[in-house]
Amino acid sequence: MSLEVKTVQPNVIVNPTVSKPESKLKGFLSQLLMNKAATVGAFIIIIYILLAVFAPLIAPYSPYEIDLENKMMPPSSDHWMGTDDKGRDILSRILYGSRLSMGVGFAAVLFGAFIGIIFGLVAGYYGRWVDTVIMRIMDVMLAFPGILLALAIIAALGPSLINVTIAVGAFSVPLFARIVRGSTLEVKRLEYIDAIRSLGANDFTIIFKHIFPNILSPIIVQATLRLATAILSAAGLSFLGLGAQPPSPEWGTMLSSGRDFLFSAPFIALFPGIAISILVLGFNIFGDGLRDAFDPRMKK
Amino acid sequence: MYDSDKPVLEVKGLKTHLTTKNGVSKAVDGIDFSLHKGETLGIVGESGCGKSMTSLSILRLIPSPPGKIVDGSILFKGKNIVEMSEDQLRKIRGNEISMIFQEPMTSLNPVIPVGEQIAEALRLHQKLGKKDAWQNSIEMLKLVGIPSPEKRAKQEPFQLSGGMRQRVMIAMALACRPEVLIADEPTTALDVTIQAQILELIKKLQAKIGMGVIMITHDLGVVAETCDKVAVMYAGNIVEHAPTEQLFSDPKHPYTKGLLNSLPRIYEDQDELATIEGNVPSPYHLPEGCRFASRCAHREAICDRKLPELIEQSDGVKVRCWMYTDQWALHEEKEEVL
Repeated sequence: MSLEVKTVQPNVIVNPTVSKPESKLKGFLSQLLMNKAATVGAFIIIIYILLAVFAPLIAPYSPYEIDLENKMMPPSSDHWMGTDDKGRDILSRILYGSRLSMGVGFAAVLFGAFIGIIFGLVAGYYGRWVDTVIMRIMDVMLAFPGILLALAIIAALGPSLINVTIAVGAFSVPLFARIVRGSTLEVKRLEYIDAIRSLGANDFTIIFKHIFPNILSPIIVQATLRLATAILSAAGLSFLGLGAQPPSPEWGTMLSSGRDFLFSAPFIALFPGIAISILVLGFNIFGDGLRDAFDPRMKK
Repeated sequence: MYDSDKPVLEVKGLKTHLTTKNGVSKAVDGIDFSLHKGETLGIVGESGCGKSMTSLSILRLIPSPPGKIVDGSILFKGKNIVEMSEDQLRKIRGNEISMIFQEPMTSLNPVIPVGEQIAEALRLHQKLGKKDAWQNSIEMLKLVGIPSPEKRAKQEPFQLSGGMRQRVMIAMALACRPEVLIADEPTTALDVTIQAQILELIKKLQAKIGMGVIMITHDLGVVAETCDKVAVMYAGNIVEHAPTEQLFSDPKHPYTKGLLNSLPRIYEDQDELATIEGNVPSPYHLPEGCRFASRCAHREAICDRKLPELIEQSDGVKVRCWMYTDQWALHEEKEEVL
């Protein structure tokens, strides 16, 4: 033992202090936290997610429990946000509704992003006619206003929350495809793509292992901003009666049923409206903050 | 089967042209060379003379469009790379012929730990499990002289210096023990001290693995230090091909002479460095005759009329210049008669 210890030389110069692997992530997070708006946005989103997850524990009443004796009660200590036209507790409905609204938003964006990313990667990587065909289809989809496209899809599939998810996801597809295609074009010209190809990698490996991870930041920013739009559109479609059907506590549906009582009991429509606005605001400012944090020019 | 006396790589009449909206650029216009195992061939020339295009052509990595190999053959152990399918090519790339690129700063994927990138090279060609590949990649890092390889392997490229990244690139390229290594300006982006280390490393590994090396560079110092023979390229052609010593002691082609003349010399007092007057002709509009004619001090009428062939002068020395042909003698006699 002692002999071995003697032969070991202290390795000072050869082994300089090296920053730890997580320093990249740390730097990014501190960048993000420095942006006050983004922090507020993240805070709002986290609160909504917690409320959605723990809705059964927090909600004072069942969202479906009808109590016709106490219908259209203004906010009080028993019912913080009042009751609706059938006497259901609005606070409880909003808490449960947050699961539906955010669920639809996340599902729609995931669906749209998944297809859009694949289209964008393939179009950008292969170029030529593949690019032309895919991107012209995307252009056609972009030519329709989003809501109109969604209406057409729901008209074809029938009104339901799942079809709303599909419809809202579908009009996110071209947006993701465009962003991903642009970034792919940029990354595929870089030397390390040539280097990995010179090692014998196939197209699949190059696209998904070497290009995709390097274009994640614009995708994440776009996804966050799209979440806001998706939640809003889903609520809008439900408001029009194309999505969740009563008595579902979906926010858009609640708004819709509250609009008949705007003058007699404005709080029925007001609170779901506020819930939607704050959540959308949260996603928007968080998305803007993310974009700034990812932007290398903003780094100090 | 393949005979070990034969060259491992043989390029014959290779023409790689780029078709753009400005016309056809003859980036590589009919070049020949061969490479044996253990041998180092230098390809020198100024920017845009087609040397990088040549190296990319060998692995069929030219961006297409606009690039296309329009003629010639590239024989690797007797098999023509020009005619191979993508699948066959992938089995050769990184496995039997590897490449090191110029820019170590951008030639590694920024988001993947370097050890994993080397392991990937191994897993592409050898059916190794994750663990074995990782162990092997640490071995490779050790081989290319990176201290504490276990730790470095887990780091991402941005945590390594330029010289270290170039070592990682070499480790990736050599992971599968290729028979040919193409080094495209491997030291251009590095400090002079690091340059010497990297060249030394390539030399050492060449001796160990026994591969043939194609050293592409514009630096005659690198050539003198590393190469057995040299091909000098000018405007898509090889103008002179000679063993390194001969090339430096007795350059034949006026362009080679000009290149050597323009090197700074330590032992002579020079006020100004010598230059070669004029410009390289545009690859879109190459002259009919000798491509160097417009800059050549020995220019004669015949030079503008026809492109000279690359003709063997003495053992291993080939020159593409009318001065070393019978026509030149005839031409001079005629002048005298007149």
